[in-house]
Amino acid sequence: MADPIAQFEIKKIATLGHIGGHEIAFTNSALYMLIAVAGVSLLMLGATASRQLVPGRMQSVAELTYEFVADMLRSSAGNEGMKFFPLVFSLFTFILFANMIGIIPGTFTVTSHIIITVMMALMVFLTVLGYGIYRNGFKFLKLFVPSGIPLIILPLIVMIELMSFLSRPLSHSVRLFANMLAGHITLKVFAGFVTMLGGIGALGWLVAVLPLGMAVALTALEVLVAFLQAYVFTILTCIYINDAIHPGH
Amino acid sequence: MAGGARDNDDRSADRISEETDLSARLKGLGATLGKAGQPKPAENDSGKYVSDPQAMAKGFRLSTELVAGVIVGAIIGWVFDRLTGLSPWGLIVFLLLGFVAGVLNVMRAAGVVAPNKLPGGNADQSKGRTRGD
Repeated sequence: MADPIAQFEIKKIATLGHIGGHEIAFTNSALYMLIAVAGVSLLMLGATASRQLVPGRMQSVAELTYEFVADMLRSSAGNEGMKFFPLVFSLFTFILFANMIGIIPGTFTVTSHIIITVMMALMVFLTVLGYGIYRNGFKFLKLFVPSGIPLIILPLIVMIELMSFLSRPLSHSVRLFANMLAGHITLKVFAGFVTMLGGIGALGWLVAVLPLGMAVALTALEVLVAFLQAYVFTILTCIYINDAIHPGH
Repeated sequence: MAGGARDNDDRSADRISEETDLSARLKGLGATLGKAGQPKPAENDSGKYVSDPQAMAKGFRLSTELVAGVIVGAIIGWVFDRLTGLSPWGLIVFLLLGFVAGVLNVMRAAGVVAPNKLPGGNADQSKGRTRGD
């Protein structure tokens, strides 16, 4: 049976150079990131190449995506949050494309590596922290000090709020990574059953229909999960950005 | 002649009624289009639809919030122990705090607790548009 983990292996394609004795390589992960970025760019450039009042197919898709993300950001962070639209839109489209490309058999799923999702979550976290302090100064720390709390339990509450804040990048990144990883392993295991049963003989092929149907159903589920995880990642980004803009109110 | 005039009158009256009819239909069409074009009303965010993607997104959210709090608590406790040498106490205290923070995360994600702020101040004005959706 094929190793269900083998699909997540990082393979070196080319060496770009060395920095401080450490090899900087162009890997399959980098290749698929590049493909995702190219896909997004192609969609957006292709859509805006022939701008029409009555949009064509490509333009409709691009406009729908724009409206979707803009509505999400505006409804959770207000109009001021639109300042962060480029970041949020890039995150959404990149994750969506990376997830969707990963479903195609034989491809590599970029978002199934925690280093990628942690980097994106930390980027959001540090943006929120940096912008929150830049915009509100010390008042940003009011995020950790709820008003109307008796002084005696205030230290405890502040500690809890602080930990709740620190756990954000973790839950933000682990959710996307774990969902993609688990989904792809499950798919691989069921697909592996098909070939294993096929090796038995005619009866095996008959029974193999069951895991094959399961694999097909799981693929459909994965498409849904791929979209939903991109959506969840983005909506949480919007909520966190809202905290940076209006901490404590 | 008189008959012809009446005929003419009739025809113009006919035309007027036709025009009012047409404008009424146009208005009706406009109203329908307006209704269809409007974004869905606020009931959308209460998440009562079965196949609502927002509800599913919320479900996915809840799954990791608690775990994240506990893990962060464990990491902070472990580092605290390493730095101060108060061996089990840092881990015990911070793990419990992390668990509390995780529960708080879940309750916030589920919209049970007001977003980020406990009652007091003017947190109410933000209630509707932040974590609830």
